[in-house]
Amino acid sequence: MTKERIVGTSVPRLEGRDKVTGLARYVDDMVLPGMIYGATVRSHIPRGKIKRISFGPGINWSEFAIVTPQDIPGKNCIALIEDDQPCLADGVVNHPEEAILLLAHPDRNRLPKAVEAISVEYDPLPGIFTMEESEERSHSIWGADNIFKSYLIEKGDVDPVWQEADYIVEGEYRTGAQEQLYIETNGMIASFDAQQGLTVWGSLQCPYYVHKALMKLCDLPADRVRVVQLETGGAFGGKEEYPSMIAGHAALLAMKSGKAVKIIYDRLEDMTATTKRHPSRTRHRTAVSKDGRILGGEIEFTIDGGAYETLSPVVLSRGAIHSGGPYYWPNVRIRAKAVATNAPPHGAFRGFGAPQSLFALERHMDRVAQVVGLSPVEIRRRNFLKPGKTTITGQTVREEIDLNKLLDHALELSDYETKKEQFARHNPQSVRKKGIGLAAFLHGAGFTGAGERYLGSVVGLEACAGGSVRVLVSSTEFGQGTKTVLCQIAAEVLGLRYEDVEIAQPDTQEVPNSGPTVASRTIMVVGKLVQSAAMGIKQTLMAGGMLGESYSPEEFRAVCRSYVAQHGKFRSLARYEQPDDIVWDEEKYRGSAYAAFAWAVYVAEVAVDLTTYKVSVDDFVALQEVGKVLHPVLAKGQIIGGVAQAIGFALYEKVVWEKGRMQNGQMTNYIMPTSADLPTIRVYFEELGNVHGAFGAKGIGELPMDGPAPAIVNAIEDALGVRFNSIPLLPEDIFDALDEEVGSESKVSSARGKR
Amino acid sequence: MNESQQEREKCEIILRVNGKFVAVHAHGMERLLDVLRLDLGLTGTKEGCGEGECGACAILLDGLLVNSCLIPAFQANGAEIVTIEGLAADGRLQLLQQTFLECGGAQCGICTPGMIMAAFHLLSKKPHPTREEIREGLSGNLCRCTGYAQIFEAVAEAGRRGGTT
Amino acid sequence: MRANPAECEFAAPDSMRGVLSLLARDPGEWLPIAGGTDLMVQYSAGNLHARKLVSIWNLPELRRIDVSAEEVEIGASCTYTDLRAHEVVNRDFTLLASAASWTGGIANQNRGTIGGNIVNASPAADSLPALLVYGAELLVVSVRGERRVPYRTFHIDYRKTQLEPDELIRAVCLPRRFSGYYAQARKVGARNAQAIAKVCLAALGRLEDGMVADVRLAMGSVAPVPLRLTETEQVVKGRRIGATLVRLARMAVVSEIRPIDDMRSTARYRAAVAANLVAEFLEQLAAGGTKT
Repeated sequence: MTKERIVGTSVPRLEGRDKVTGLARYVDDMVLPGMIYGATVRSHIPRGKIKRISFGPGINWSEFAIVTPQDIPGKNCIALIEDDQPCLADGVVNHPEEAILLLAHPDRNRLPKAVEAISVEYDPLPGIFTMEESEERSHSIWGADNIFKSYLIEKGDVDPVWQEADYIVEGEYRTGAQEQLYIETNGMIASFDAQQGLTVWGSLQCPYYVHKALMKLCDLPADRVRVVQLETGGAFGGKEEYPSMIAGHAALLAMKSGKAVKIIYDRLEDMTATTKRHPSRTRHRTAVSKDGRILGGEIEFTIDGGAYETLSPVVLSRGAIHSGGPYYWPNVRIRAKAVATNAPPHGAFRGFGAPQSLFALERHMDRVAQVVGLSPVEIRRRNFLKPGKTTITGQTVREEIDLNKLLDHALELSDYETKKEQFARHNPQSVRKKGIGLAAFLHGAGFTGAGERYLGSVVGLEACAGGSVRVLVSSTEFGQGTKTVLCQIAAEVLGLRYEDVEIAQPDTQEVPNSGPTVASRTIMVVGKLVQSAAMGIKQTLMAGGMLGESYSPEEFRAVCRSYVAQHGKFRSLARYEQPDDIVWDEEKYRGSAYAAFAWAVYVAEVAVDLTTYKVSVDDFVALQEVGKVLHPVLAKGQIIGGVAQAIGFALYEKVVWEKGRMQNGQMTNYIMPTSADLPTIRVYFEELGNVHGAFGAKGIGELPMDGPAPAIVNAIEDALGVRFNSIPLLPEDIFDALDEEVGSESKVSSARGKR
Repeated sequence: MNESQQEREKCEIILRVNGKFVAVHAHGMERLLDVLRLDLGLTGTKEGCGEGECGACAILLDGLLVNSCLIPAFQANGAEIVTIEGLAADGRLQLLQQTFLECGGAQCGICTPGMIMAAFHLLSKKPHPTREEIREGLSGNLCRCTGYAQIFEAVAEAGRRGGTT
Repeated sequence: MRANPAECEFAAPDSMRGVLSLLARDPGEWLPIAGGTDLMVQYSAGNLHARKLVSIWNLPELRRIDVSAEEVEIGASCTYTDLRAHEVVNRDFTLLASAASWTGGIANQNRGTIGGNIVNASPAADSLPALLVYGAELLVVSVRGERRVPYRTFHIDYRKTQLEPDELIRAVCLPRRFSGYYAQARKVGARNAQAIAKVCLAALGRLEDGMVADVRLAMGSVAPVPLRLTETEQVVKGRRIGATLVRLARMAVVSEIRPIDDMRSTARYRAAVAANLVAEFLEQLAAGGTKT
């Protein structure tokens, strides 16, 4: 195999220089002539009819642009899968912080007072705030039954299996909402001109999602809507669907006022009004043989979608498909549903359903081990998928993955067995109880099933007048390294230097739709299309006889320059084609769900301090098989960053809810880990290749989110002998559980009152 | 209150920013962050939280690292300010900026200016910091992308190669 | 709702006397602002009602540390960085130096002041328990003169202090008599840096012939004001530290404090951890802790 020159090396981040010098331009850095500022009037109640809206005294309302639902030229909705989410509440609100009205003014400082001066009177309706209340259906808050979507996945025949089982193990597991907490809040600028149409610039992941939503909202054809992604300060899924809403707001204000309008959310508004990770509840019932093999099981997976459908069906799908993990289930029935509550709609966040269902599964596997009398390591060994076996959707594992070896490697790297034994010996005498725990998991990259075919992604590569080539994709950079790696790929294929390749800023006027930047698909799927498009350029130049079999970068540039001079700029396009071996039945929800799975085993070492009940993660091993590492520094950065977010998911990040409204919407009170809370996260890669990915790569962006939480809670159980099945797991929860165990001897007097 | 009345209530604030004397007309209680970004067009300093928690707005004021979102403009009158734009003199990167690029210290980049200012401030006091000193020096800067490891490597590497140059 | 800067008036006299005259002239109208690390957060969140602010940042009379044989006089506008950098504070008042190092990050330590921390009067403030156990006295000034106030009487109720509308804290005085004591400071927050305390303890103790000759305990976040645990101190003083005494001390702590459930934590947790921290202190004092 020829060694690559550029792919596989840690070239400098393409846009890195601008980022370290403060020159990178994010949406709030951009100013347009005559630009005014927008703000949103939002609902104070979770559900009700709007009776009256009054504009209070003391404000010169004629100075403000005001947008109501009546100003919407097209359909009052944010088009996504369904059209059920209004852009502005029209007569009825269904969640706290729902947008009702928009204001704009040249002086940003005047807006808060104006927003305060608008009072809305409601006829409140009863709200629903938990999945259980939604299931009870005492009120229909969405559709007839409060269910956005449900799936039934079946394999084999689970009903007879209970008879044969030596053990039946049950468990219920919960995960809470989690805020993406990108350090740059949501922001958008819009400008409308009767000739040119509508242009929006902003912080976003998916230019074409915004484009589609604006066409419908503003009743404009495709060529009169232009969406430009600016440098984006973190996203993690939080800017996958939400930007369509804020873009819609900015657009409406721009159309009404005739001026460019900028809307930037402050942190409180961003946290309380935009999407979060779906809370979940998973119930497992598993039939196990006495030698620890899974005979079959039933899994009930329920997620809280908030007030409108948005992306809940897709989160549900991914969560359900991942709910069986890296194990062989000969028989299984999975009932999955997404239900409505009166909270701001929950949405995409790294992992997208899989962290939720995998938390449940990996906690459950430790429980199964206990019941059967095997170790957490052994129970997994006896149930791992192997090449030739099928997943819960019936997808055959075709690659030579050896999960036992991967597990062995992780155990060795973490010194698991020695430490487990050491901790068990030392804990009785120590105030600091130590434990070690593991999680084995997988993550499918790319859109599920026929999703990639449905997207029909197109990628372009343009030969430029100066002799360089330019990558044209709608895939966005928001820190993960999109620009860097796609340019590496093009340079590698074309035999160029990394510096010879440029990439266009995603602008729907300039670039084709290579699909959304989600689902860990960019390097794998879009990167592979960049490979094809690059081949196309090479072939064109070779076919013309201008380029030989081998050439230097300078020769290529010269040929490219002269070709363009003669024939003009040209683009080579590549369109996604579903490989023949990826067959998916959308009706039965069976078949090959993903083109590739990355596999991982993570090990967490924790200490629980019984003076403070705080958990510290003292060591963390993240071992994963990822096909091929295209950029070592970027890949490592993705894993460490994802593990850090997942440690937050497990131990720190709690959304405090009061009737559907987040109460702790400030960085002081929504706790994400600082560097003082994180261990050295040790990252290791194995590479098996991937025929469906660029240079053999698999997607890795979301993988690191799936494993840490269950590994950590497994470790805490090892340390304390107490079973926790719900995250976030705070010191207060640990104290409560230990206090209950000990009984009245150490009972402390309870609250004298709640402020 | 009409526009001209507002103008009259603005005051003159004189600062030395990145080596240059500037005078701005601003309300005394505007945040220094906004004066830098809006009045002076120095958009390298970022807002992440507006409450001094995230450090994205960190700058040097009279040689000290501060969160500019918490400084009222009138208290910055007569101050010497250094922002991220002031670090790469004549387009030449500081060693620290160079190591950030090499070690993957910047992913989405929004925390990067504040992070680099904090690291620059640390290296000016401790040219060869230990990992613990780096962690303490940067403890007021939140990063959501990197998990901090590669940022700390960048600072440590700059320390190994010789502190600030 | 965030205030409009255009509606705010400000003043920056170049002396403390100038500030005091302003406060006397329009009592209750002017809010002194030092480093702004508390007030600017409130301002940006729309929770600051004051519309007139007078700067006391960096006034020479307020930003000095004077050391005599008997006491250290710390100017109210001294920052946490100033405290951490001062040799005598570091050596003789480690509880205060520790608290200063735990407050925010370096940027906020460079601006946050001890006077601001006192006047802001949050029961969760990191430095205030240390001031209680050191027996601090405040020098409070106005145009009417100066008075010396024992710090332990300064807080009246939740975020309410003795300070009159025309008064400023000029300095905090700490008596230099604790170098023979074992000192321990502990802060329990939601994370290990940049966190508001769920519970914090400042503790001093001295043994004589194996008995507790003196013990001074103060906690934050367990009452509407920073709390000196006088009842618990009484239980412990004059006794030998053993398992029984520690158990009694725990019970005393729990009955003396008044923690609440709030967004950050629960009363039960705070009570349990408070008791644990005091127990830990006593056990380490007994184990021969002479370290300060």
